Amino acid sequence: MEIGDIKEYLAQHERKEILRVFTCGSVDDGKSTLIGRLLFDSHLLYEDQLSAVTEESARRGNLDGGFDPSLLTDGLKAEREQGITIDVAYRYFSTASRKFIVADTPGHEQYTRNMATGASNCDLAIILVDANNGVTVQTRRHSFIVSLLGIRHVLVAVNKMDLVDYSEARFNQIVNDFTGFAARLELRDINFIPISALDGGNVVNLSENMPWHRGGTLMHYLEHVVVATDRNLIDFRLPVQYVTRPEAGDRGYCGSVASGVVRRGDEIMVLPSRRRSRVKSILTYDGELEEAFPPNAVNIVLEDQLDVARGDVLVHPGNLPRLGETVDAMIVWMDENPMVQGKRYELKHMSKTVSGAVSSIRYRIDVNTFHRQNTSELALNEIGRCTLSLSEAIAVDPYRTNRVTGSFILVDRLSNATVGAGMVIDRSRVQEWTEHWDTSPSSEALQSELSRVSSEERAARFGQRPATVLLTGLSGAGKTTIAYALERRLFDMGHAANVLDGQNLRLGISRDLGFTRTERSEALRRAAELARVINDAGLICVCAFVSPSEEIRTRMRGVIGEQRMILVHLSAPLEVCRERDEDGLYALADAGEFTDFPGVTATYEAPASPDLVLPTHEISVEESVDRLIAFLKSRGMLG
Amino acid sequence: MTAYATSHLRQLEAESIYVIREVAAEFERPVMLYSIGKDSTVLTHLAIKAFYPARPPFPWLHVDTTWKFREMIAFRDRYIKKELGLDLIVNVNEAGVKAGINPFEHGSKKYTDIMKTESLLQALDKHKFDAAFGGARRDEELSRAKERIYSFRDRNHRWDPRNQRPELWNIYNARINKGESIRVFPLSNWTELDIWQYIYKEQLPVVPLYFAKKRPVVERDGRLIMVDDDRFPLEKGEKPKRRQVRFRTLGCYPLTGAIESKATTLEDVIREMLLARSSERQGRVIDHDKAGSMEEKKREGYF
Ligand SMILES: Nc1nc2c(ncn2[C@@H]2O[C@H](COP(=O)(O)OP(=O)(O)O)[C@@H](O)[C@H]2O)c(=O)[nH]1
Repeated sequence: MEIGDIKEYLAQHERKEILRVFTCGSVDDGKSTLIGRLLFDSHLLYEDQLSAVTEESARRGNLDGGFDPSLLTDGLKAEREQGITIDVAYRYFSTASRKFIVADTPGHEQYTRNMATGASNCDLAIILVDANNGVTVQTRRHSFIVSLLGIRHVLVAVNKMDLVDYSEARFNQIVNDFTGFAARLELRDINFIPISALDGGNVVNLSENMPWHRGGTLMHYLEHVVVATDRNLIDFRLPVQYVTRPEAGDRGYCGSVASGVVRRGDEIMVLPSRRRSRVKSILTYDGELEEAFPPNAVNIVLEDQLDVARGDVLVHPGNLPRLGETVDAMIVWMDENPMVQGKRYELKHMSKTVSGAVSSIRYRIDVNTFHRQNTSELALNEIGRCTLSLSEAIAVDPYRTNRVTGSFILVDRLSNATVGAGMVIDRSRVQEWTEHWDTSPSSEALQSELSRVSSEERAARFGQRPATVLLTGLSGAGKTTIAYALERRLFDMGHAANVLDGQNLRLGISRDLGFTRTERSEALRRAAELARVINDAGLICVCAFVSPSEEIRTRMRGVIGEQRMILVHLSAPLEVCRERDEDGLYALADAGEFTDFPGVTATYEAPASPDLVLPTHEISVEESVDRLIAFLKSRGMLG
Repeated sequence: MTAYATSHLRQLEAESIYVIREVAAEFERPVMLYSIGKDSTVLTHLAIKAFYPARPPFPWLHVDTTWKFREMIAFRDRYIKKELGLDLIVNVNEAGVKAGINPFEHGSKKYTDIMKTESLLQALDKHKFDAAFGGARRDEELSRAKERIYSFRDRNHRWDPRNQRPELWNIYNARINKGESIRVFPLSNWTELDIWQYIYKEQLPVVPLYFAKKRPVVERDGRLIMVDDDRFPLEKGEKPKRRQVRFRTLGCYPLTGAIESKATTLEDVIREMLLARSSERQGRVIDHDKAGSMEEKKREGYF
């Protein structure tokens, strides 16, 4: 390892992100080999561990006395033989940009229970498929659990490519088989990489044997997959864990922000009491904060003396979780004694424990076939959809939109064992309108197809790299004008571009939507999906949308792609925009014609870190376009 | 970086604070096991952060085997007692002291059993602690990779490998019967490098033994052992050599191997760590006594 200036190194390594990876595969698919390979090829092994492994390899006569990386993770095998339960084993390694925590469920007993435990905290799953065996029943089960536990990113690593002559056809067949059944699951982001864990091909270093593989290596994917946008930054929830009462001063409510963003001065509501107050200060040892977001662990002081206790949840009054004494959930059963209807268990949800009974089991789901079956109980490792009735109301969100407020465990009151894990399901959709950022495809027959034209080929044809320029700013800041001027200029320069304009979309694809916050959000989701299609076609897309909040822009970035989206803030201040009011919109908003109009009846949040700022109240349209072109050039978008 | 990004150290910090608060809220008598080493320093700092501006609602416990490095004890008294003003309990197994138990004559296993494990259990029983924070990390050893964050102990402080609970999300099952207890490891997901980086970032004080200095050492079974006081039984004619050494982990001085090093600053230590060619527990005599000894220690209640 080369280390230049240690101070520089430390500064750089302070900014790492954590990526939690869950690995699953059947016995002998090569999981241990792969994990060992990742550690080994990233030069992350200590020499004493290494020499132990090499000795052992030689002793077992493996690989002509060479190195068998799977022995690195074998430390646990002996223990397992002694009957020590290992539900999940954790490995750690890091590269310059990320710290990786690998959760592995070792052993022959690929219990659903252990997999659920390992998967519960992960951002990404590596599903191993043996190239020889292809997609098996186990692959389906692993994928189901990954989907059930809400892991957003899936990497299917097709291993042992050396045994199938590194055949592209074989790889494509496995990709097809997988996408075929995965369409029935809630897996949104699936990638495939052909590897040989044994010879290291495409794990950390590209394989010379598979020149046909265009995606990068597995390690490259792990280092670059965007997970920051997975967090829910919309629905503020803070479960109160602990109440501090310093000798002098106010009571503080300690907790970690589960989702959303809270700012000093925000109005908040305490659940279940529904009493309101304002955030007086957000305390931490390192000083007061202006705002807190996940996973910040903070101490919140309110302006009023309310009776807040552990188990309560702080939320924004305009955005409430469901508060109820019944909960619908998928439950993974983890105990030898089956779950029976009517029996009372302790239910722990965030910082609150209540007692609850299973009032009905709607069905059990077969993890291999995904079929639903009628049942009156759930046995060990079974999964079922249940309704629970509780001794007290708890504040929940669907697990799909909130992993913290949507999950709970069940504890046996006699043995104290953790017997079940629950994931809250959406109640029937009561709202007329929902945003569909997190909705899963509705048909089981849907499949995702891969284009036969690569993005490199398109880039070569058009002489440009696709990008989406998102112009954000208040109504009247000049978004539309600049968007069309930029499109004109690009076209004149020989580039291929088009404009997505808010009003135009509302005349067409989004004509069914109104102007509430939710509907505005859904309109932007559709716009983002369109922008992505346009980019996929190789074109530059110029978007003119108010896109009023950091959250919404982050979500759009999630759809469009981290690298592709360029965020440009047209910073003309409110007074100037009002002054201009070319379409008379401010006048109408003032008259109460629009709900949630940014700048009047809703807030407009300027981007904290835009790629480019255009002070459109100070510079001409021409000048703005010049700066945009210069910026696109500097990013290498324009050939 | 995307808006609302959190670096890995801040994230680890937040997760550890979450665990510390959970335990403080759900157990009647928690205690912080304080070993004076770098992990203990980090854990102490996190506990202070967790309840700021209030003070941590539990005491610190140090099991003094009477064979710790002198600099460790000086550091403990200066930092924990004076500077931070924390409530510190020190437990010494007086019966062991009377019997003259020492690592030279009684062997490391017997000595550790009596002066460390037994002493710890005495203190836990005496004060009826039902949750004890420890600074163990999963990356320390292969067999620790599977460790839970809440580790359950029966009435006799025994760890029953068959009776540990699955841990999903960040929901910890804190239910125990009277007399039972847990050990809690809030630093489970930290690695040795994370610990040092955090100490660097937060500018935390550590025992100077972590930094290289000329110290009097002798060689025992291939290990460099520092002669910290005149209780050390030198062979006839043997004279400690002064060598530039430091320690990667700290414990009882007769059982802790030093490494030769030029790292005199925190930056140097981290740099050396990054280039390290052997993992940290190797310096500990206790692990090498017998294969699998770590697991055994745990069943007996040491961890
Ligand atoms: N030919 C070939 N063999 C592999 C590959 N990866 C793993 N293996 C072998 O498959 C067997 C099972 O691997 P292991 O990593 O122990 O599987 P696990 O049970 O999933 O952890 C071992 O004999 C490995 O050497 C590979 O890419 N190619």
